[in-house]
Amino acid sequence: MPVIASQIEDALAPIKDGCLLVVPREVSGVPMAATRALIKRGIKRLHLVALPTSSLQADLLIGAGCVETLETSAVSLGEFGPAPRFSEAITKGTIRMKDATCPALHAALQAAEKGVPFMPLRGLVGSDVLKFRKDWKLIDSPFGDDDPIVLLPALKPDVALIHAPMADRNGNVWIGRQRELATMAHAAIKTVVTVEKLYDGILLDDPVLAAGTLPGFYVESVAIAPRGAWPLPLPDHYAADADHLAEYARMAATTEGFADYLERYVYERRAA
Amino acid sequence: MNGAPPDIRDEELLSSVIADLIGDSRHVAVGNASPIPATAALLARERGKGKPYVSLLQSRKHNFFTDGARELFDCAGQGRIDVFFLSGGQIDGEGNINLVSIGEYDNPKVRFPGSFGSSYLYYVVPKVILFRVEHSRRTLVEKVDFISAPGVSAPNVFRTGGPVALVTNRCFFSFDPKRKRFRLDSVHPEHTVEEVIENTAFDFDRPAQVPTTTPPSPATLKLMRETVAPQLAEVYPQFAAQVFGVGKTAFTD
Repeated sequence: MPVIASQIEDALAPIKDGCLLVVPREVSGVPMAATRALIKRGIKRLHLVALPTSSLQADLLIGAGCVETLETSAVSLGEFGPAPRFSEAITKGTIRMKDATCPALHAALQAAEKGVPFMPLRGLVGSDVLKFRKDWKLIDSPFGDDDPIVLLPALKPDVALIHAPMADRNGNVWIGRQRELATMAHAAIKTVVTVEKLYDGILLDDPVLAAGTLPGFYVESVAIAPRGAWPLPLPDHYAADADHLAEYARMAATTEGFADYLERYVYERRAA
Repeated sequence: MNGAPPDIRDEELLSSVIADLIGDSRHVAVGNASPIPATAALLARERGKGKPYVSLLQSRKHNFFTDGARELFDCAGQGRIDVFFLSGGQIDGEGNINLVSIGEYDNPKVRFPGSFGSSYLYYVVPKVILFRVEHSRRTLVEKVDFISAPGVSAPNVFRTGGPVALVTNRCFFSFDPKRKRFRLDSVHPEHTVEEVIENTAFDFDRPAQVPTTTPPSPATLKLMRETVAPQLAEVYPQFAAQVFGVGKTAFTD
C-alpha cells in the first residue's frame, strides 16, 4: 500500500541524490511545493527528465544547483521570457544537456511502459538533435525499402514526481485527462504524488472517476499539498499566478536576484 | 494600397495573414509560445463556424486531446494534424529552423529554450507555417547554427510535411521545397521590398512586382478583437492584455 504521508518531506524520501527523476510539463500539474521541499533538503546531482518541456520547475532546480543532467525538449517561462537559470547553466556549461524533441521523450517512456528496449520514431533524420544524441540510433527499417528511421532507447526513471487533484486512502490517484502522468508512473520504478486533497471514498468504485485514475499499485507515497502546483496552474482547478511568474522572471535574471528568490520563496517557506 | 489603417497592429495583420493561410483544414494545432498563430487559428475557427478543430496545446478549454500530451504527436504521425506553426531563433533560406543555440552546440553564445516538437512535426504536418515577428539579419540568417529541423529532406526520408510559408513583421514568404527557397509573395503595408532585402541574410525569389499584403477587413478585426481576444486570455494573458486590452481576470474558469 502506498504511504499517505502527513508531511511532504516524508513522501519525497524515495527521491535520492543522483536519481533519474521525471517530471511533467508546465501545464499538467507540476509538483511545485514538492520541488521547493527538495531544494530545501539540498538534493544534488539529479538527472532531470521534463516530459516533454518545463518552465519554472526546471529553472529553479537548475539555479539551486540540484541538476547534473537535464533531458528535455525545451525550458522557457513562456510569456514571461527565457528561463534565465537554464540559459546561464547551458552557456556556462555547468549542467549536461541532452536535447530531445517532445514525441521522443513520450516514446522513450512508452518503451519503458511496455518493457521493450526501444521505440522507433519518425522525423529527426538530418537534424542536429539526432546528431548530438549518441544514444539514439538511425537504422534502415527492417520492414521498409530504404526507409531510415530513428530508434530511441527505453527511458526508465527511478522516480516519477507528479501533482494531481486528489487521491484516495488506498493511494489511487485521480489524474483526469492528464494522461501523460500515467505514462510517467507506468514507466518509472517508483512514483511520488502530491495532491490537492484526499478523496472521501475509493476512486476505482466510481466508473466515471476510475477512467481517470492511476491505480495505487504504481504509487510509492502520497502527500497532501493544497495549491501544490503554485505558482503554476492545475488544469480545471486554478490558473497560473502570472504576477508571481513575472516576479520570478525579474528576480532570476541575475544570480543575486535568484538567491533572493530562493531565500524568500523556498528556504523561508511561504504559504501559497 | 495606401498602407494599413493606422489603428491596425502588427499582431492583428499577421494573425489575419496566417488565418487566410490556414484555409480549409480539418485540425489545426498550436504549440507553446505562439500567441499570433493561436489568434489566427481561433479566428479561422470563428469564420468557419467551428471548423477547423483548433487545439491549443497549453489550453484546457481549446484542446480536444484526452490521451495525454503524446496524442498530438501520435495524431500528427498518422496525418491527422493539417496545420502547425513553428518559429526559430534563427531561420535560414533553405527553411532550416534553429530553436536551440547560437555558436557551437557544446559551447554556445546564446541558448534558446529548445527544439520542442519541431524535430518531428516539421516532417509530418503537411502545412507548417513559420512565423518570426522580428525580421532581421539576426533572425533570418544564411545558415542556421543548429538544425532543430531541416526545411527539406533527402528523397528516401519519410516526409509528408514541411514549411509552406514564413510570416514576419515585414512580409510574407511562401516556400518551394523543390527549389529549397523562399519566395517573397507580399510586403506588409508601410514596408518595402528594399527593406526586406536589406534585413534578410538569405537569398529569396521574388516577382517583378511584389504585391502589398491585404490588411484585415473591418469584419475580421471586429471578430478578432471582440470574439477571439477573450478566448486567448486563458493561455496568453499578457498578449491578450497588451494587444487587445483584455483584462487579466478574464481567464479564470
